[in-house]
Amino acid sequence: MSGFSSSSVDRRDIVALEGVTKRFPGIVANDSVDLSIRPGEVHVLLGENGAGKSTLIGMLSGLQQPDEGRILVDGKPTPITSPRLALALGIGTVFQHMMLVPTLTVAENLLLGGPWWQRPRTEELAARVAEITSTLSITVKLHAKVSELSLGEQQQVEILRAMLRNSRLLILDESTSMLTPKGIDELGALMRRLVEQGLAIVFITHKLKEAAAFGDRISVLKLGRKVGEIPPERLRALGEQEIVSEIVELMFGKQKDDPEAVERPVRTARAGAAPLLQVEDLTVAPTDNAPGLSSISFDIRPGEILGIAGIDGNGQKQLAEALAGQRIATCGSVRLDGAAIETLSVGERRRRGLRYLTDDRLGEGTVGTFPVSMNFFLKQVGAAPFWRNGVEQRAEIDKRAAQLVREYDVRTPSLKTPVARLSGGNIQKVLLARELAEGAKVVIFNKPTYGLDLANTLASRQRIRDTAARGLAVLLISTDLEELLGMCDRIAVIANGALVGTVENADDARTKVGRLMIGLAA
Amino acid sequence: MSIDTAPTVSATALDATSGAVTRRDILHRLLMTLGPILAALVIAGCILLAVGVDPLAYYGYVLEKGLFSPLGIQQTLTRMAPLLFLAAGLIVAFRAGMWNLGGDGQFLLGAVTAAASAPVFVQIMPAWLALTCSFLIAMVVAMIWSLVPALLRAYQGVNEIITTLMMTFLGTSLANVLVKLAFRDPATTVPQTRTLPVEDRLPRLFETTITSGLLLGLAAIIIVHLVMTRTAFGLKLRIVGANPRAAVHSGLGVPGLTVAVFAISAGLAGLAGAVDIIGVQGNVRADWNPAYGLAVIPAVFLARMNGFAAIGFVFLLSVLSIGGESAARRLGVPNHFTLVLVSIVLIVLALAEYFDHRYNQSRRA
Repeated sequence: MSGFSSSSVDRRDIVALEGVTKRFPGIVANDSVDLSIRPGEVHVLLGENGAGKSTLIGMLSGLQQPDEGRILVDGKPTPITSPRLALALGIGTVFQHMMLVPTLTVAENLLLGGPWWQRPRTEELAARVAEITSTLSITVKLHAKVSELSLGEQQQVEILRAMLRNSRLLILDESTSMLTPKGIDELGALMRRLVEQGLAIVFITHKLKEAAAFGDRISVLKLGRKVGEIPPERLRALGEQEIVSEIVELMFGKQKDDPEAVERPVRTARAGAAPLLQVEDLTVAPTDNAPGLSSISFDIRPGEILGIAGIDGNGQKQLAEALAGQRIATCGSVRLDGAAIETLSVGERRRRGLRYLTDDRLGEGTVGTFPVSMNFFLKQVGAAPFWRNGVEQRAEIDKRAAQLVREYDVRTPSLKTPVARLSGGNIQKVLLARELAEGAKVVIFNKPTYGLDLANTLASRQRIRDTAARGLAVLLISTDLEELLGMCDRIAVIANGALVGTVENADDARTKVGRLMIGLAA
Repeated sequence: MSIDTAPTVSATALDATSGAVTRRDILHRLLMTLGPILAALVIAGCILLAVGVDPLAYYGYVLEKGLFSPLGIQQTLTRMAPLLFLAAGLIVAFRAGMWNLGGDGQFLLGAVTAAASAPVFVQIMPAWLALTCSFLIAMVVAMIWSLVPALLRAYQGVNEIITTLMMTFLGTSLANVLVKLAFRDPATTVPQTRTLPVEDRLPRLFETTITSGLLLGLAAIIIVHLVMTRTAFGLKLRIVGANPRAAVHSGLGVPGLTVAVFAISAGLAGLAGAVDIIGVQGNVRADWNPAYGLAVIPAVFLARMNGFAAIGFVFLLSVLSIGGESAARRLGVPNHFTLVLVSIVLIVLALAEYFDHRYNQSRRA
């Protein structure tokens, strides 16, 4: 770690967040977050997808406004009302996705945004770039087209652009996600040189090792709340392995006053029963923006809950979609109650009793503009008694919908309300009602409590437990380790599209799963 | 944490609230549709004033010729027949979220095949069978013409706006080639197809000149409306249109439904061509292209893809086009002023929609 960031305790923050809260319909993205960002420090924001990192960045860079709390710049409360103002305050952001025009040269990209009535000042730019690059010991080819540069080089151009605008605070949003290991090391070295010049850097990542390697101060976000901070003094005192285990403790550890903590009821294991779902060697080819699956195998018996743990984006969605039939598997077999279903269509798998409760409730789970009543039956279009000879039986639909609304406690102004107007928790209840209705044998829950408030989280978990208690086989995919530990019989860990281990949910499961998740042997 | 303030639904409260909501909704809808039309009439009036024409006189002629004179109203209703078929086809496509803008090409190919086949068929079989066969052939040819954009969209995800527009250029040219080379009537000097004798055409209604094709068109659009709103098939298409990913998730065969949508939409456009030829024109002259397909799009949008509202707007469009033609002749306004008027209506309507949306958003926030 750099010696430069010592004695930073009494230095004033460049930017500080005080009790910042941001809500979106149905989701609390940030829940009274405090953060202090100091010059000469790489401040790592660590958290999984959906932990609220991007929202926090959005508020710092002027894209979004906090609902509560305030942002202080140089000690003064300053509402950052626009990206332009953020730049003027010296806050430069390098977003996750490149924001350069690929068909223009590097110099042209850097000159974009200048006053339109002036000729671009190319010579001045070259001089300033030379000055900045020499102190950072990087080289930037000003006359190369951006499309010819590697992603690492493009990122350097974006950092350079922020420097040209006299940024004092540089925010790097998931900057390593598209880089090669060598590029990641180079970025780390570059960040070190930048903070040595007195800049402040906020570095967002969900990779623990990067956080431990590059950070001077680490803040951990979990479900919108800041659950812990490791200050520089403590970071320096610990070795990398110890830092990682401390972060794991913060990210997945049990908090004392956690209201979600529930003792897992002891279920009578039905060890003798034949598995309801058998998956063998399930393989899916990777696509441009999603990992594939390599040779996934597992069994689930009736009444059993199998958890899939892992950092988000390691193939969880692909697994769920391959099982449901929405994604083509290249090989492998899926057996439902003994019968092979891997070649069947989505609809046929559902009819045989395989249910998939998607995590993308509005994106694919519902049709937002359709009324609540119709969304209960999206997967049964044309089936009796709701349709007879292809003709809609509105009375039957409304009758059954009203029944489901009562049974699942869906809070809606009326059955005709477009489902997108409901809160996230109530949309989830609609999905639960739809998937758990008669005929279900195996249910796949993908992040069933993601983005829900406490009451709805607890209600959803109870539904899942009840489902298993009815003798159904449950596959529970979640990034919330607490949830898995509280509900599952066994927990499998997925990493890079492969199951790296399966753990019986006993007393030492927490440590074992945690170790599997960061790539160590259980 | 979000708190659900909405009351739990109860069976008794349900009907009362929904009834009140729909009545207010209908009123709001009417205001949002008729308001912009009136505003557009005023703006178009200003343009007429600027070119030195009395707008009241212009609108007066349009109404008199298109609506109030016996001959005018008969022409207007006759003109509605093909427009209704086209509107029905567009409703299917738009509700399913697919932009079939190739209506003109499909219309003309339907028209030409109907014009080529009907005079031959009437000589070898009874008139009703001959006309039915011609209708079917026109429909099938238009369906086949839509296959290229349909397959590209269904299996390759190619944007259908571009492909259907390209196919409409090819379709119009092909229709011309067919008239001039393959189906040309050897008995005339002007290149045109053989003429279907007046007595073999679709019968006229009662003692008027209104074609019975009007009834077919009304039936088509009402059937389409009911299928789209009341049946499982229509619901499937609407799911594909409203959220294609939800359609995949729900296990619908999206590619197959896509091809079906294009086939139905194009088939109705082909029938539109056939009904215009078999009912009214009797033959197709080379270079004939009334461009109904594009003119109907605004009407369907104004009706928000509702079949019954579309009937009203198609009627309005007919009045405007029939009345506009004669008003143009008398006042020296270009014939295309009707299109200017329709486009102003659309722009004002889009603006109204935008501000309404903004207002709703700010009220909710």
